[in-house]
Amino acid sequence: MSTGTQPTRTGGSPSSAESKRSKRAGRIAEQASGGIVALLIKIALLAVVDAIAVYALFILFLKQDWVIFAIVLVITAAVNIIYFTRGLLPLKYLAPGLVFLLIFQVFVIGYTAYISFTNYGTGHNSTKEDAVTALIQSAQYRVPDSPTYGLTIVEQLGAFSFLVTDPEGDVSIGNTESPLSDVSDAEMSGGKAVGLSGYNTLDFTDIITNQDAIAAMTVQISDDPNDGALRTPDGSSAYLYLSTLSFDEAADTMTNTDTGVVYADTGNGAFTSESGDELLPGWSVVVGWDNYAKAFTDQSIRGPLLSVTAWTFAFALLSVATTFVLGLFLAIVFNDMRMRGRKFYRVLMILPYAFPGFLGALVWAGMLNKDFGFVNLALLGGAEIPWLTDEWLAKFSILFVNLWLGFPYMFLVCTGALQSIPDELQEAAKMDGANPWQVFRRIKFPLLLVSIAPLLIASFAFNFNNFNLIYMLTNGGPRDAAASINVGASDILISMVYKVAFVGANRDYGLASAFSIIIFLIVAIISIVSFRQTKALEDLN
Amino acid sequence: MSTTAPAVSTTATTAPPTPVKRPFNFSRWFAATGWRHLVGIVMIVFSVFPLLYVLSASLNPGGTLLQSNGLFSSIGIDSYVALFTNPQRPYAAWFANTLVIGITTAVGTVFLGALAAYCFSRMRFTGRRMGLLSLLIVQIFPQLLAVVAIFLLLTTLGDVFPILGLDNQIALIMVYLGGALGVNTYLMYGFFNTVPSSLDEAAKLDGAGHARIFFTIILRLVAPILAVVGLLSFIATTNDFVISSVVLVTPEKQTLAVGLYQFVSDEFTSNWGVFAAGAVLAALPVMALFLYLQKYIVSGLTAGAVK
Repeated sequence: MSTGTQPTRTGGSPSSAESKRSKRAGRIAEQASGGIVALLIKIALLAVVDAIAVYALFILFLKQDWVIFAIVLVITAAVNIIYFTRGLLPLKYLAPGLVFLLIFQVFVIGYTAYISFTNYGTGHNSTKEDAVTALIQSAQYRVPDSPTYGLTIVEQLGAFSFLVTDPEGDVSIGNTESPLSDVSDAEMSGGKAVGLSGYNTLDFTDIITNQDAIAAMTVQISDDPNDGALRTPDGSSAYLYLSTLSFDEAADTMTNTDTGVVYADTGNGAFTSESGDELLPGWSVVVGWDNYAKAFTDQSIRGPLLSVTAWTFAFALLSVATTFVLGLFLAIVFNDMRMRGRKFYRVLMILPYAFPGFLGALVWAGMLNKDFGFVNLALLGGAEIPWLTDEWLAKFSILFVNLWLGFPYMFLVCTGALQSIPDELQEAAKMDGANPWQVFRRIKFPLLLVSIAPLLIASFAFNFNNFNLIYMLTNGGPRDAAASINVGASDILISMVYKVAFVGANRDYGLASAFSIIIFLIVAIISIVSFRQTKALEDLN
Repeated sequence: MSTTAPAVSTTATTAPPTPVKRPFNFSRWFAATGWRHLVGIVMIVFSVFPLLYVLSASLNPGGTLLQSNGLFSSIGIDSYVALFTNPQRPYAAWFANTLVIGITTAVGTVFLGALAAYCFSRMRFTGRRMGLLSLLIVQIFPQLLAVVAIFLLLTTLGDVFPILGLDNQIALIMVYLGGALGVNTYLMYGFFNTVPSSLDEAAKLDGAGHARIFFTIILRLVAPILAVVGLLSFIATTNDFVISSVVLVTPEKQTLAVGLYQFVSDEFTSNWGVFAAGAVLAALPVMALFLYLQKYIVSGLTAGAVK
């Protein structure tokens, strides 16, 4: 360090650049030797992590959510061990990324597999307990001539509660989550409780602004849902509501008190009557291989699944083929040193690649619109060609738009690969009497393929799951009317998963996860095969 | 100046016969390079036309899909004004969200990836090869395939910690960070290996610890690859629709991809001009950055896939 700083003191004008560098080197060395600051930063960061973890554990303890509690505990303990013991250096660097990777990439794959064995979805997305409460509430009716309960709506931490004075004058409080419980220290006014310490009383305007939320509240009289619940039409008085459904906990059945029909838990996630009627909402249960069996045996699902899989492969292969052929052609065309303005052409041709992909697909969706689109009206003079709504034209349009989106990448990559092939090879071939086509076919193309093949595989993998293009351009349409799930002729596997799980009123997470697992398997097989292939190609070189 | 003048005179005197200008022959010119220009012009029309179309649509005050067909027939900024004045379509919020989520994810990805790449590149430990291999295997399965599980996981987590639940951008960023190790680590790993390890050893002899070496020496030397990975991550996040559309529900919290799609798919033909304006504004920064860093991105893409 002392030698490093010396030139700056004596240094005149000629060595100023050198002294600047040595000054910088000295600064870096100084930073590199300071250990105490690093230690403090490390302790501070770990303190923050541990504080958050303790807070999370506290909340989880209160909620009695033991599975997540255990996971948080293990992760926190592992992090502390890794950073406080002297060894384990590699883990100190890997841990931050690994935590995210394990939770949001590895765990979710396993979780997908689990969901694929359940009937999770619309009508089956909570626990049995929640389903019982929801069923009883949904069948509620106001008890005729029932007494009026005095009511004050109170609020604590943003959650509303009913402060109830029953006809005998007893005061109790409850909300949607917890049934009524007696209170003794309420503030009374004219025989009605109007306030409670720790709670804010809502005035008339507050009630008006929140009237939808308040009208939707049901507060159970007691722990047993069969005892009935209170609801309010106006926020100032409440009435007793009873349900036409009554739950028999011992027999595990739901009885409709009007008709006398008994619905039993038959193990398929919903109360079912003997005649097969299901009460929904139900709850999620493990159904084993049902989703897979449905996917492969139910004709209205198997048909679309097979055609979608076939189209996914066709789409991915053709996308790679078309973009590669065009890209390679252009790379050859513009790889001629004699040509002027190559840079100009190059920049303009890259533009589609720089344009965000989802916007590109949406813009093309507008241009290819059947009634008002530019292609039909302006280019084809008013033709009504259903570019996006006819089965085969939609597939063609998708490939065409993907060509627009994808050829610049192949062009860039092929140009790079062509330029890296030494000129001597070409000249040697010419000396031996090869014509330009032979030079290309026998020498350049095989060499090019060695470096491009992994990129082609990567491109195939990308297009295999090219959700944005399909969903934004055709939305998978036209819809397949024969299918019992929401799927169209130009859907690929990933867009089918998305539509089954998240689009429309009938969401089936279990079936969608089963499709996901099927895709996982397909992708895994392709990857194994293709990695072997590329190794073989590399050995050729 | 003084050195070039004699050079010119010598070439002019010693080698006069070769550069004799042959008379211009159109067919010869066309066979050599002319047809290439023809291909170039066709390709430029193909690649640039949709972009010109969307620009023209955004400037068309009429604003419907039908009226957009008259290219640049009338010019006005009505669509751009409408874009920012409709509270049901918080375009400014979408834009800001996209930037915030994209930049945070990019920074996080770069940091986590660099840590892992440094570890794999500089340290030798049991399970190293295995670790590299498993990273390769895990990234075969893209995160969007597990979107259903991510959705249900966040629903569960949100009951306990609202900050990690649905409709929360922090949760979305954490999901994206789950993909931080993977392709990026490989890209960086390759680049880290090109930095000579004698530098580390010299610093180590001078008494620098591993953390100092990483933060003050290595990170500066690998800055180019950090920029590439950051940009690729930013572009990938901006383009993501599947996960962000599932996680973000409230319009004010959504990103451009989700917001613009839902907006344009609502009333496809009548909202066209406003959509086009939104698309132009959204694409301009990305395209500018892309063209500016084009060389690095392409080299990064190639290197990443090859290694």
